[in-house]
This record gives sequence, C-alpha cells and structure tokens, in this order.
Amino acid sequence: MFEIRIHSRGGQGGVTAARIIALAAIRDGKYATAFPFYGAERRGAPVVSFVRIDDKPVKVYSRIRQPDLVFVLDTGVMDTVDVLHGLKPEGTVVTNSAHRHDFTGFKSYNIDLTGIALKEDLVVAGGPILDTAVVGVLAKLGIITIESARKAIAEMFTDERDIKAADDAFREMVV
Amino acid sequence: MLTVATGNKAVAVAVKQAKPVVVAIYPITPQTEIVEQIAEYVSRGELPARYIDVESEHSAMAACIGASITGVRTFTATSSHGLLYMHEMTNWAAGARLPIVMANVNRAIGPGWNIWAEHTDAMQERDTGWLQVFASTVQEAYDTTLMAFRIAEDNDVLLPVMVNLDGFLLSHDTQPLDTVEPGDFIPPLHLPHAVDPEHPMGYGALTGPDEYFKFRWDIERSMRDSCRVIEATEKEFFQRFGRAYGFTEDYRCDDADVIVVSMGTLGKEAEVAVDALRTEGIKAGSMRLRWFRPFPPLDFSGRDVVVIDRDYAFGSGGVLAQSIRAKNRINVFSVIAGLGGQEVTYDDIAGFVKNRQIGNEYWFGVGNHV
Amino acid sequence: MLKAAGPDTVLIVPASCMSVIQGMYPGTAITIPVVHVGFATGGASASGMSNALRAMGKKTNVIVYAGDGGTLDIGIQALSGAFERGTDFLYVCYDNEAYGNTGMQRSGGTPLGAKTTTTPSGKPDLKKDIDRIVAAHDPPYMATACAAYPLDLFRKVKKALSIRGPTFIHVLTPCPPGWRYPTGKSVEIGKLAVKSGMWVLYEREYGNVTISSPSKSALKKPVPLEEYLAPQGRFAGIDAKTVTILRQRIEKNLQRLVQEEKGIC
Repeated sequence: MFEIRIHSRGGQGGVTAARIIALAAIRDGKYATAFPFYGAERRGAPVVSFVRIDDKPVKVYSRIRQPDLVFVLDTGVMDTVDVLHGLKPEGTVVTNSAHRHDFTGFKSYNIDLTGIALKEDLVVAGGPILDTAVVGVLAKLGIITIESARKAIAEMFTDERDIKAADDAFREMVV
Repeated sequence: MLTVATGNKAVAVAVKQAKPVVVAIYPITPQTEIVEQIAEYVSRGELPARYIDVESEHSAMAACIGASITGVRTFTATSSHGLLYMHEMTNWAAGARLPIVMANVNRAIGPGWNIWAEHTDAMQERDTGWLQVFASTVQEAYDTTLMAFRIAEDNDVLLPVMVNLDGFLLSHDTQPLDTVEPGDFIPPLHLPHAVDPEHPMGYGALTGPDEYFKFRWDIERSMRDSCRVIEATEKEFFQRFGRAYGFTEDYRCDDADVIVVSMGTLGKEAEVAVDALRTEGIKAGSMRLRWFRPFPPLDFSGRDVVVIDRDYAFGSGGVLAQSIRAKNRINVFSVIAGLGGQEVTYDDIAGFVKNRQIGNEYWFGVGNHV
Repeated sequence: MLKAAGPDTVLIVPASCMSVIQGMYPGTAITIPVVHVGFATGGASASGMSNALRAMGKKTNVIVYAGDGGTLDIGIQALSGAFERGTDFLYVCYDNEAYGNTGMQRSGGTPLGAKTTTTPSGKPDLKKDIDRIVAAHDPPYMATACAAYPLDLFRKVKKALSIRGPTFIHVLTPCPPGWRYPTGKSVEIGKLAVKSGMWVLYEREYGNVTISSPSKSALKKPVPLEEYLAPQGRFAGIDAKTVTILRQRIEKNLQRLVQEEKGIC
C-alpha cells in the first residue's frame, strides 16, 4: 500500500487533489481511498488530506501514520504543523515552493505549483487552486500514470486549464 | 459504471435513482453534502422531486410524514443533533407506518460540540420502530440506500429505514463506486393506507387503552417480518447486480477462537486487525453487524466475543454489548472506543483482542477495566 | 459588540459560525463566559439564564449571538417566546444570509435570487422579514446594523443594553466565501448593501422609527442595486425580473420606513 499525506490550507485544493489522485489510481486498475481531516471548516485553516493506493481493497480508515509521500501545498503550515511526522525513512517530501527546502534525511523536491496555477489562471477568490497541478507531480513521480491523471481530471472538471496545469507540473517536475 | 465518490455522494446518487417525490431537508455537518448534491440534481432536472428546505429537522421529518401519508416516496438526511431534534417525529413516522428512508451520518452529541463519528445518535433511535442498517464502504452506502427503499415499502414491512454512515470516516471518504441501472428493482410504492378523499379515514386519532396496544404489536410484528424481506431483497440484489450482503459481514470467523463485533467502518478496520493477529498465530475473526434493527440472531458458538461499541448508553453500557449479552446470554469483553471520532486503529483493535477480559468493560483511552 | 457590552456579560451561542470562532477545547479566544446551546434554543436559553441572574440580583448582560438560520428558521419559536415574555436580554442576529457553518445552504434569511448550495439556480423565495416579525412583539428597542458600520453598531449595542427588556439587533455580516467575493472587499460590500437600500439601518425605540444616517444618505441618493449585486458571485446570472422585484421591494420597504419615521403608519 502506498500512502500519501497532503498538507494544505482550506481553499487551496488539497482535498480535491486527493480525490483526483484516488480516481486516477482506480483508472490505473488499482484500489484507492482519499480522505480529508479538518478541524472547524474555515477558509485558510490547515487541512490534511490522505490518499491510500493498493492492489487490493483498502480497508483502513484510521489516519496515515507513516506516509510514503508528504506533499506540502502551503509551506506556511510548517510553522505549526510537523509535516514530516511519521514519514518513512525512504519516503519523499514535495513542497509547493520556488526554492528548495532541506528536509534532512529525506528525499525532497520542490516545484512552484502556485506559479503554474497563476499561469493557467486557476484562481478562486484571490487564491490559487493547486489540485490538478499536484496530480501532475504525482504522475511524474510514477505513483499514477499521466494518462489516468488526465482522464481523472477530465471526468471531474470541464475546464481545460485544469488539465493544462497537470501537464505543466508533469513537465516541470524534476525527479 | 465505475467511478469514485464519497459516502455522501453515493447516498445522493442512490436517492436520485430511487426517485423520491418529496425530499425535505435541513443542513447539518457531516451530512450536508447529501442534500446539496440532491439539490443539484433537482436544479438540473435530473430528479423531478419537490425539494423542501425546511426550518428545522423536526419539520423535516414532519414534512416527510405529511408527504409520505399521501402515498409518495420520500427521503431526508440528518446527523446527531438533527436526528435528536426530530426524535418525536421519528417515533411518529414509525407509528404512522410510513416507509420513509433517511440517511443518518453518525456524529457525536454535544455539549461540547463534536462533529466526528459516533453511533450514539442512531442508538438513541433504537426503540422507535425504525429499521437500521450500518454501511462500511461507499459501495455499500449506495447499494444499501437502494435496497432501503424497497425494504421499507414492502407491504409486509411499511416501516421507515435509517441508513447509517460514519461521519467523515465514510461520509467524506472517497472510494470506488460502481453504480447500477436499478431498472425495476425498486417497484412503485403502493401505500395501503394512503390519504384518499374518495375513501376518507382518520389517521392517528385518539386511540384508547383498549386498542392502542394492538398497533404497537403490529409494529413489532412487522419488524420481525422484515427479517425475511431483508433477506429476500439482498438475495435479489445479488442476483441482479452481483454484490452480496447479509445481516452481518463475517471475515475469517469460521475457524476463529475470538470474534470482534462492531459496526460501520470499525468493522473494516477490524478485518485488518484480524489479518495482523492471524500472522501472530491468534485466530481472530471479524463480525461486522450491518442490520442493527431488526437485531439478527448471532451465532458465536462458544467463542470469545470482543464487542466494540462506538456508542454508549449511560447507566447501562455499550448498546451492542448489552444486546449480545441479553440475546446470546454470554459474557463479552465490551470495548467502548471511537466516541466523538476518537481514532481507533487496527493496532488498537488487535490490542483489544490480545488483552481481552471477558466480562469486563473497557473505555479505550480511559484505561480502567471496570 | 463585546466592547460595547463590557466584561459583565455572558454570551449565549447557538450553533452557528460563532460556534467555531471561539476555538477548540481546551482553549478559548473570548474573555467572557460563552455558553454554547442547542441550535433551536437561543431565546429559550437566554430566558432561563436572564431570569436566573436577575433573581440573584445580578445585572450581567445576557446576549444571544446567533446566525440567521438560528434566528429566522430553527430559532424563531424560542426567539418569539422570549420576546413575548418580556425577557431582559439582547438578541443579536448576525446575518450572512445562509447557513454558513455548514457551508452556505439557503436559510430564511437568504435573499431572493441568491445562489446557495441548496438553491443552485437562485433562491425562489423572498428573504424573511425578521425585523417586522420582532417588531410585532413590541419590544422596547430593536435595530438593524451592518458590520461595515462599526461605530453605528457599537452605539446601538450600548443603547440596547441600557434598556431593560427584550432588545434585538440585526447585523448584516457579509461573508466572502459564501457570497463569493474576494476576501478584502467585505467592508465595501457591506457599505453597498446600505447605500443601495438593500439593507436599511434604523432603530425602533418603543415603536418609534429613526432611520440611521448612513441610510438617510442612501435615501437621498441610492446607489443602483446592480452595483451591490454585481461583485457577488452568489448573484451571478440573476435575471432582470428578479432584480426588478428586489428593487421594488427596496423601494416599498424604504417608503414604509420613512412613513413610520414620520409617524404616519
């Protein structure tokens, strides 16, 4: 089973990203579940989303304690949230950031997803929507295929920019 | 068609396919997405229902009753405090013998306000005459909602049915969903006592001590008859659509020495615990109770029983534990876990099994064995 | 509001956005007692608490702080009862014109034509006129206010708390995610609500109406309703017929208030 934890703020699309990833994994012929955890529902509050992908039905409902991949959509949450908590030693961290963050001991990547969202004009109420860009990154990391990623996005959204953002991220992500 | 959906969305899709004529709604976390999705369907013309935004849950059930008594299919959804607020009316719905279907997204009861999963809300409805079933996956939430309409409306039942989903754990979990073409699986509703100006009758009028008890017996008899209807419905569902259910979902129980009984998503987490225990040489099995009302006969055949109650009845104990003790006349290890969304992992469940003390009650997180 | 009330105050909070603003146990962001109560019970809870405090000779302010859902819909029974019995308390309804805590579903306070998650094509019904419903109970004081005019609100809260008996303040509170406009524009939207006449600031003291000065200016030179509606995503695509109805109702309401102020009706 592959477990992903996404840290974001309400409104950025972290929860939606998890759902798209789950659908893409299912289109890849796997089983998946996606699940958010929030405290009180408010714009801007820290949110955690989980995705589990496996070759057999996922029966676990408790929170992911040892993720294989941690995705940080808003590096600001790192002030109050221990985003690395439980990350497997061989695990990976990806941050939405124009510059590298060093997470000692872990494989890490950074990519400017906000820049991609702004470029594709994926903005709602002043904030960039990062969900499909996240999906593109996961495709580049080989966790889902880019074909299924595109399929999943097309099933959930009608706006072309959503797929463009995923493609941009897929292209720009350096692994 | 295979897609993904949250538990809430799955219920909404099933409701759309069941085509209720009246849907009365009031929002409450964490069921709100169900009624929002239905509003979307109605607005797009995909569901030709009358969508009534009522002023409270008591009114939601009252409106369902008003609609249902005319002989049309109705639906509503609620959680926790909403369910409690409509409690007078849930009693009324069953007493009026109306086949209303309601999705209840299980949530804890305040104060303090807690929006997370707990079964006590549904447990507090256990005496009302409603049938109650607990789903554990998105697929099951969808399938069960479809079946709920048919079971409720069967003329040998004519009792309302509550489909329960764990708050957030299932309501907001995205999982694969394979939708079906129901066809005529849910036959048209024929309510024998529907209001009809051509055949005027009084409904629920003053009923004296010489007659009232007969109506109460009628409800109980129908609840007992519903076992047969549930079985037949689930059998036909399997024949048509290929997915089988039952009063319980038993996992590795055949050769088990100890069985874990639970409801909702805990029942799935318990299966993971069972697998882990088996690798350690402990022959555990999981029995996930699906139908809580009517409460089915359960066979433990002398094995140790660990009951996990995601609920509590103050002064008397976990409701499942009590039920099993009374019906099976056995002692159990009663675990109280998951209240207010307290996290319960497969490791925790394995721990309950390994450290079981038959005859005791254990409040997870509080620690003392009673 | 709390500034006007002072420290000898208890806040009663039925289920609403406010229920989460205090923060989660074990902390609290508010330095007076906050008692969370059942959704339907604002007025009733206040009735009990006020009677108890006054019986003990305490002058503590009892303020219900409820949303529009908890006031106009599920809370109306308790509100009415508390007012009918002359309960000594202040009821503040902060109105974001929908069920906000649960994600913006329509309430009785949602205006005609507004999109919410349960009225995706726009609400087909008019906004419930809670102010006139409360006025029908003949309270010693009631007022409307708007979050965009804080000094006006402050003055009204102070006045309400100085009067014994049931008092009511209805505050329009624009909501960026709910009304679908950029977060920084709340004050602007609030002011447009008043300047267009969609929201009228006034007081009713022992039945006598006084229109507050921001609305008096609006009366002289109202801003076109379209300017209020246009920046809000919840009114996107609203049809001309609905806008006309809204405009007519604004005019009728203003006329009526002007006449009431003159003592004509």
